[in-house]
Amino acid sequence: MSSHAWINVAYLTASMLFIVAFKLMTSPRTAVKGNYLGAAGMAIAIIAACFEKPVMHSVTSLGIWPLVMLGIAAAIGGVIGGLMAVRYPMTGMPQMVALLNGFGGAASTLVAGGELWNMSLAARTDGAAAGLLAPWTQFAIATAFTGLIGAVTFWGSLVAFGKLEELPQFKKAWTDPNRHLINLGLAAATLLLIFGVCAAPHWTILYWLLVIVGSVLGCTLTMPIGGADMPVVICLLNSYSGLAAAAAGFVIDNSVLVIAGSLVGASGLILTAIMCQAMNRSLVGVLFGGLGTTVAANANADDIYAGKVKSVSAVEIAMLLEGADRVVIVPGYGLAVAQAQHAVRELANALEKRGTTVEYAIHPVAGRMPGHMNVLLAEADIPYEKLREMDDINPTFPETDVAIVIGANDVVNPSARTDPKSPIAGMPILEVGKARTVVVVKRSLSPGFAGIPNPLFAADNTLMYFADGKKAILDLTAALEKG
Amino acid sequence: MMHFTLAPLPSCAAQACWAVVDAGITHGMTGEDPASRFIRLLTVFLLAMWVGFEVITKVPQRLHTPLTSGSNAISGITVVGALVVAGSLQSGFGTLLGFLAVILAMINVVGGFVVTHRMLAMFNPKKK
Repeated sequence: MSSHAWINVAYLTASMLFIVAFKLMTSPRTAVKGNYLGAAGMAIAIIAACFEKPVMHSVTSLGIWPLVMLGIAAAIGGVIGGLMAVRYPMTGMPQMVALLNGFGGAASTLVAGGELWNMSLAARTDGAAAGLLAPWTQFAIATAFTGLIGAVTFWGSLVAFGKLEELPQFKKAWTDPNRHLINLGLAAATLLLIFGVCAAPHWTILYWLLVIVGSVLGCTLTMPIGGADMPVVICLLNSYSGLAAAAAGFVIDNSVLVIAGSLVGASGLILTAIMCQAMNRSLVGVLFGGLGTTVAANANADDIYAGKVKSVSAVEIAMLLEGADRVVIVPGYGLAVAQAQHAVRELANALEKRGTTVEYAIHPVAGRMPGHMNVLLAEADIPYEKLREMDDINPTFPETDVAIVIGANDVVNPSARTDPKSPIAGMPILEVGKARTVVVVKRSLSPGFAGIPNPLFAADNTLMYFADGKKAILDLTAALEKG
Repeated sequence: MMHFTLAPLPSCAAQACWAVVDAGITHGMTGEDPASRFIRLLTVFLLAMWVGFEVITKVPQRLHTPLTSGSNAISGITVVGALVVAGSLQSGFGTLLGFLAVILAMINVVGGFVVTHRMLAMFNPKKK
C-alpha cells in the first residue's frame, strides 16, 4: 500500500474511534473510556497528519525543521489548553467550554484562509491548482462556509465568555430595537460575500471581508441573548464549531474532519433541542426573542411582594428541619457562585444523621450549561443517586416536608405555569410550592436571569431566609447540630 | 473559464451547478474531478450527521456537561488541517495562518479532553 493509503487507514481508524467515543459518552459507566478513545483517535489523526504529502514534501527538502515547527506550535497550544483545563474552577466550566469552542472555530477559519492563500499563489504558476481554484468548485464554496461559520463561532463564543464571566461590559443584554435590521443587513452582506468568494475565489480579500462580517454577526447575534438562555447558546456554538471543522474538511479534502465535525455538529444540535425543550422555548425564540418585557414585569414586583414575604432566621429553620422526614434541596446557580456546594453536603449529612431523607432536585437548565449543576454537586462528593431529574422528582413534592431552594429563582417561578404573559411562560419548573414548607435562601428579593418577580417568595407556605448562600447553610447546619 | 454575472438567485444557483460540473470535466488534480470529490465528501458528511443523531439520542442529564466538553475536544480535529497547511510551507502568510491554527486547535483538543476527564473523574465514587 502507498503511504497515502496508510494515512487514510489511520484517518479511518480515528473516525471509528470518534464514533465509538460518542456512543460510550452517553452512558455513565462507559463515559471515561469514551473520553480516552476520543483522545486516542485524535492522537492517531494528528500523527497521520504529519505524514501527509505536503508536509513530507517540505521535510524532504528542509529536513526535520518543518516538523519541529509543528511540534512547537502543538506544544504551545497543548500547554495552554492543559493549564486552562486544570486550573479552571468547575463553576467556570461554561466559560471555559465557550472559549475552547471559539478557538476551534477560529482555527478552522485560519485553516481555510491559509489554504486559500496557498492555492491562489499556486494557481498563478500551476494549471492543476488553477483548476481547483476555479469559481464554484467544492473548494471555493467550502472555503466561504468555513470562514463564515468559524468567525461566527469565535466571536459568538467570546461574547458568551464575556457574559458568563460577568464582565461589566456584557452585564446588560443588547436590546437595541434596530438589532433585527442590523442583523438582517449583516446577513445580506454575508450572502453577497459568499457569492463573491465562490465566484472569484482568487480574490482572497473577499474571503477576509466575509470573515470580518461574520465576526460582527457572531457578536450581534449573541449579545442580545440573556443569561437564562446561555445553556442553549453554549450547545449551539458547540455545534457550530463542529460544522466549521466539517466545512474545513471539504476545503482540504479530508474525510476525518468531515466525520468528526459532523458528529460534533449533530451532538450539539441534539443538546440544543434538549435545552430548548427544558425551557419550553423555540430555538428561534431564544436566538431572536431577547427579553423585551423585563421592564414592564419589574414594575409590579412591589404589588406581588408587599406585606406577604415572611423572613425567618437560621434557628427557626433548624427547628422546622428537626421535625422533617423528607427534605428536598433545590440548588441553583447562586449556590455555585457562593461556592456553597460543600456546605450543602454538610447540611445534608447533618440531616441524614437524624434519619431525614435528603434528595436534590436538579432542573435541566440549573447552572449555565447543560448538566452544569450535576458536575458542581459531584465535585462536593454528593452521590449521584440523590440527584433527581425534574420529571422524576416533581410528583414527590406533595410528600416533602421541607423544600430548600438555594440560589435558584426562575426554575421555581410558578408564573411559568400561571401567567401566560410571563417571559418564562410554559417553561417546565420544579413545583416546590407543593411541598409543605418552602425555605428560600437568597440574598434579597432581586429577580433572576429572566428579570421577573417570583410569586413563590410571597406564597403562604414560603419562608425567606435572607443571607449569603454559603454562610446561610453553615449557620443552618450549626443551629441544627446544636438543637 | 466560467464567466460570472450576479444574476437573480435561481439562475445563479443553476449556473453554480453547471460551474461545478464544468470545472470537474476540464480540470482535475488527482484523477477525481472536483464535482465527484464534492459529492463524495457530502455523502460522508450526511452519513456522519445521521450516525451522530442516532448515537446520541438519550443522554442522561448528568452527562450533558461532559458530552459538551468532550465533543468540543473532538471538534478540534481541525488541527489535522492546520498541521497540513502549516507543514506544507507553501507561502509565508499561509504558514503563519497554519501555525496559529495549530496553536488554537491544540488548545481546544488538549483543554477539551483534560477537562472532560477531570469532570468524569468526579462522578466516579472514590475508591478507598
